[in-house]
Amino acid sequence: MGFDQYHEPPEELPPATRTFARLCASLTEEAEAIGWYEQRIAVETDPEALAVMRDAQGEEFKHFSMDLEFLLRRSPAWREIAEGVLFQAGDIVEHGEEAESDTFDSGGADGEAGYPAGSLGIGSLKGALR
Amino acid sequence: MNHLLRSLAPISDSGWKELDDEARERLAPALAARRLVDFSGPHGWDYSATNLGRAAALKSAPCDGVTGSQRRVLPLVEARASFQLSLSELRDIDRGADDADLAPLDKAAHQIAVAENKAVFHGWKGAMEGIAEASPHKGLTLGSKPDAYRRPVAAAVERLLQSGISGPYGLALGGEEYQRVVEGAEHGGYPLFEHLHKILDGPIVWAPGVGGAVVVSLRGGDFAFESGQDLSIGYETHDAETVSLYLEESFSFHVATPEAAVPLA
Repeated sequence: MGFDQYHEPPEELPPATRTFARLCASLTEEAEAIGWYEQRIAVETDPEALAVMRDAQGEEFKHFSMDLEFLLRRSPAWREIAEGVLFQAGDIVEHGEEAESDTFDSGGADGEAGYPAGSLGIGSLKGALR
Repeated sequence: MNHLLRSLAPISDSGWKELDDEARERLAPALAARRLVDFSGPHGWDYSATNLGRAAALKSAPCDGVTGSQRRVLPLVEARASFQLSLSELRDIDRGADDADLAPLDKAAHQIAVAENKAVFHGWKGAMEGIAEASPHKGLTLGSKPDAYRRPVAAAVERLLQSGISGPYGLALGGEEYQRVVEGAEHGGYPLFEHLHKILDGPIVWAPGVGGAVVVSLRGGDFAFESGQDLSIGYETHDAETVSLYLEESFSFHVATPEAAVPLA
């Protein structure tokens, strides 16, 4: 498996960006697992097996939601867009376009790597190489 | 635009990138506390206090039959180091100069890193208690001869173990002490740095601003650094020749387990 979540050389990335990338990878894995359980549940006929898999899929819902909340906390712009899209009745695409426009046309909520604009994004250095 | 007011400064995008990169490069090696204590956040500039989970009883209540208590919190401090840069140097950066004079920024970065280290390890009077002053383990000294450092560091680890504090352990060394360790070899020629690392099973950290040394447990849950706004560069003002900027952060620090560290004077 190695260090596939990194698109750039890890040693060149600040610790906060490495953490962000790890949680992005974790979010992807949880979404995949949810999809796999959805397929298995669709074809399974044994009620006991179904109950076990539904419980397992619930765990993945929880993991996905926790990963997403972590990432949204570290990325104010992402959070602002998500707030305009998630849990809203109506046209999803329309909400998405509006949320994107509101976030970036108003000057932007944040900069890169999940930190507010102007932040150096240093964060924790525990375990960081010199 | 947020409170840092960066877009009001007469600085180009490439100029800001150069300043941010320079600050990051200068700060990261000097921020010793962040290598050894738990870090949470950043929670944002509008985050004002850390929850301590405690309350103090109030002596009176608005009416009979009711009692009251007030929550105790640890307010965050705002630390700021101001500096001025020459606008002509910033124009040279835009032309591609790779040797711009950013010494005032470098100095401010060092100052705010020292302030953070001192606050965490020795406290900030009236604002927060530091690791060394909170520790009940007093009396061990590092001494001035690096050959003798091994004994007090091993004794500190032993004290932590006796207190039920598990490792690995880290060692924060003040500037002079760090230099002595890096240069030092014991009688047989074995590098002191390697020997201390074996005793600690954790990092040896250059900690400018720390007096002497501090051995801390890295197991987690003992020391909490809470960041409001993480280190950022903001804009104050400018004239025809200079721009006034500042490095700033807001944070609190709280010792949850005083016995999880041993200061070495």
